[in-house]
Amino acid sequence: MSYLEYTVKTTPSGWRKVLHINWPLVILLTAVASVGFLMLYSVAGGRLDTWAEPQMKRFGLGLAAMFITAMVPIWLWRNLSVLAYLGSLGLLVAVELFGTVGMGAQRWIDVGFMRLQPSELMKIALVMVLAAYYDWLPLKKTSRPIWVLLPIILILAPTGLTLIQPDLGTALLLMIGGGLIMFLAGVHWAYFAVVIAAGVGTIYSVFESRGTDWQLLKDYQFKRIDTFLDPSTDPLGAGYHITQAKIAMGSGGWTGRGFMQGTQSRLNFLPEKHTDFIFNTLAEEFGFVGGMSLLTLYVLILLFCIFAALRNRDRFSSLLTLGIGLTFFLYFAVNMSMVMGLAPVVGVPLPMVSYGGSAMLVLMIAFGLVQSAHIHRPR
Amino acid sequence: MRRTPKESSDSWRRISRRALLLGGAQLGFAGMLGLRMHHMQVDQADEFRLLAEENRINMRLIPPSRGRIFDRKGKVIAENTPTYRITLVREDAGDVEDVISKLSALVELDEDELNRALAEMRRSAPFLPITIADRVSWESISRVAVNAPALPGVTPEVGLSRFYPQHGNFAHVVGYVGPVSERDLERYEDPEPVLRIPRFQIGKVGVEAKYEEQLRGKAGAKRVEVNAVGRVMRELDRREGDNGADIQLTIDADLQDYVQARLGHESASCVIMDVEKGDLLAIASAPSFDPNKFVRGISVADYAILRENDHRPLASKTVQDAYPPGSTFKMVTALAALEAGILSPDDTVWCPGHMEVGSRRFHCWKRTGHGHLTLEQALQQSCDVFFYDVALKVGIDKMADMGHRLGLGVPPDVPMSAVAAGIMPSREWKQRERGKGWLLGDTVNASIGQGFVLASPLQQAIMTARIASGRAIHPRLIKTIDGVETEVVGGETLDINPNHLRYVRKGMSAVMNSNRGTGFRSRVVAAGYELAGKSGTSQVRNRVVANDEVPWEERDHALFVAYGPFEAPRIAVSIVVEHGGGGSSAAAPIARDVALQALYGGTPPLSAYPSSDHEKIKEQQERLDRERLERAEQARGRA
Repeated sequence: MSYLEYTVKTTPSGWRKVLHINWPLVILLTAVASVGFLMLYSVAGGRLDTWAEPQMKRFGLGLAAMFITAMVPIWLWRNLSVLAYLGSLGLLVAVELFGTVGMGAQRWIDVGFMRLQPSELMKIALVMVLAAYYDWLPLKKTSRPIWVLLPIILILAPTGLTLIQPDLGTALLLMIGGGLIMFLAGVHWAYFAVVIAAGVGTIYSVFESRGTDWQLLKDYQFKRIDTFLDPSTDPLGAGYHITQAKIAMGSGGWTGRGFMQGTQSRLNFLPEKHTDFIFNTLAEEFGFVGGMSLLTLYVLILLFCIFAALRNRDRFSSLLTLGIGLTFFLYFAVNMSMVMGLAPVVGVPLPMVSYGGSAMLVLMIAFGLVQSAHIHRPR
Repeated sequence: MRRTPKESSDSWRRISRRALLLGGAQLGFAGMLGLRMHHMQVDQADEFRLLAEENRINMRLIPPSRGRIFDRKGKVIAENTPTYRITLVREDAGDVEDVISKLSALVELDEDELNRALAEMRRSAPFLPITIADRVSWESISRVAVNAPALPGVTPEVGLSRFYPQHGNFAHVVGYVGPVSERDLERYEDPEPVLRIPRFQIGKVGVEAKYEEQLRGKAGAKRVEVNAVGRVMRELDRREGDNGADIQLTIDADLQDYVQARLGHESASCVIMDVEKGDLLAIASAPSFDPNKFVRGISVADYAILRENDHRPLASKTVQDAYPPGSTFKMVTALAALEAGILSPDDTVWCPGHMEVGSRRFHCWKRTGHGHLTLEQALQQSCDVFFYDVALKVGIDKMADMGHRLGLGVPPDVPMSAVAAGIMPSREWKQRERGKGWLLGDTVNASIGQGFVLASPLQQAIMTARIASGRAIHPRLIKTIDGVETEVVGGETLDINPNHLRYVRKGMSAVMNSNRGTGFRSRVVAAGYELAGKSGTSQVRNRVVANDEVPWEERDHALFVAYGPFEAPRIAVSIVVEHGGGGSSAAAPIARDVALQALYGGTPPLSAYPSSDHEKIKEQQERLDRERLERAEQARGRA
């Protein structure tokens, strides 16, 4: 295996690893999480114990998980990739059979201290298994049909399981994320052209299926798409959320209405204000300046991942780091597009900021992998 | 499995190339998100800010406090008193049934009202207060307040409601208020928003309705912040409204109270009018009803009792009922003849007890006839034939003209409901209204106030005041609005020869003060307080049987008009006692009593009455005092 290439002597070992952690990334993540604490404190009407405090505890847990993950050599993680993937897939099947449905979409398993959403785990496990696959696959075989088919199956299996939950948002993120990793790994352009064509065809058939007995999406999902395309048709019904979210964001202006002064969120006009629509509270209370600050933090994290990946000459590490950066990007890009009225409301949280346990923990572990790849990179 | 250096670097190059490409795309997308944010938060900020404000701010009206109504001396006729109600907030109550069962141990709860409240509670948001008991006594409210800790969600609330402390005395004048109905709203093209406030009261009849706008005032408003489900979070600011204007009537409440008591259980009406300005000092219709019942919402049973009473307590008889004026009309005939120059005070007419006109025979009330009579004697004894004769000479049109000048057939301008215009017939009128030509017999009937002639008690009072003063007196009911004295209208001379007026007044004086006069038994003996008047009896049915031999509703109406003091007139009085029998026996005593009460400004001394009546009058005065006291106490008890 390729770790034999590593000049193992040069990689840090023991406690010295701590010195090689990418500290700016840790600081950036803490900054983003702190924005989350602040906003959760605000939407709870100035109460810590409603959302902010549990979120802080989870972040602490996540931070610990990140450090532990970072200490483990990256090659060990690579060897565990297939296991992680199969485990997550197993959990997805289990959750389909025994899980609890919440909010009409995501399913979770209660594991005592938190509600575990296997689809969240899968986001990372899929990145890991695809990175490991392309690390293992000789470069010249990358674009051969048989070797392209295998990763497609790896992607479609969890996508399908998530879709039947039915969690459209996560399913789309898995599919797009997986596809883009294949693109990064160097699969031939032609495949993507075919997939894009097929995608367009699928969207067409999804719309065609509406009202027939082989309808591909639930009614509420169609309705969301409708109201996304024209929120004004139903301003007090399904379009209400989007309209109120846009009012919250727009009324912020340059510098916002002040901390805890956002009327849209404080008076409950804003839906899901502590989860999916938390960005609107930020934009309402801190304005364009506040919103741009968070977006800048996100972009910096993304850039850190890209540059870290480019410094990792090892294929697994590079693909893994890029894939995690990509997953992170998809999270915030889809969420922001959604709350700004650019995409339908599909239920994707704002990474590290929205209130929620598994998403935060999984992301922190993912960044632990990035750190591990960074620490154990060949020098 | 070793990887060749070349393969490894190939892989890295490809990854880094595509990574940069993808990274570029990601940055581009992030940039677009930033631009979108800029567009919404900077370019469109004002629009969205406006939408956010519209979301959160609600206007709530503050109902103005309604103007009060006073009598001419400042006695309260209509006021706003606090009423107490009990409200329940479902959200705060928790177990609604438990709270209500505890509450019913303290306060008597109406079953129907409670069921309605519970139904309303199920429909509305859990944080909205629902009234479960209205018009609760102060004692009940205190009990609820003391037990507040055991009654979560229960709040005693206070509001203002109209109250008429004089009860029935002003029911027909001032009217009453009630909650705004759909029909009320339809009357306005663009109803003021204040009318949509639940339980808001507006004037339904009488002065309350006619001066609705002045009494209502202008609603204030407050801006409140509400959340997404409509709960009020806080008050942002408020603009107080203008309270309604207070209105002072020309009526003397004490006199009105006396008059109402004096009319008693008769179906009767009385108007006392100031001869100088036309101020209505009393305008009473009996029997009356308690307007406070209507404010609360009268029960079907109570309303049925009022409607089915043959004495018609709901009718405002002084203005809305027009009666044949009978012999009280004879002054009009006389003045028309005097002014036309076909009658002089020394002319006599011979009354054989009847008169032939064409083929019809018209009787005098005195079948045996009066013999030769002058105008003064004809008025004094109320001879019919004299006026038949005079009327045939002067003609209906001149009589109609005089009637109009004295206010008959013209709707009096008073702010009361359903004011009748009465009828002062003429040739033109009959042709227009009945499509028939005028007959001489019509003139004969009209000459003694029968036939087509109709006048309301108020119109007869106006007529009397005009004869007494010779000036165009108009009734005045409103003395001040918001402290500003209202204008006195009219008062210009009627342009009737003063001598002619004097002849008629002498006749009216003779009615009461000479021993052959029809009203002699109701004379006043106090010097300087003598009255002049005229009796009238208007037939309800054509018949020859005496009044006390027929059922009540077939008896004649008794009328009397008077003014006084004769030498320097101050007041004019008009009395109608429905089915009372003869005007001189049923109406004249009332006219004298109320006139004396008005002239003395209180109970008159017994010396004003002829000594033979002292016993009877003393007894009557004591009885009325007792009754008025009892009624006042009852009213206090009810309040």
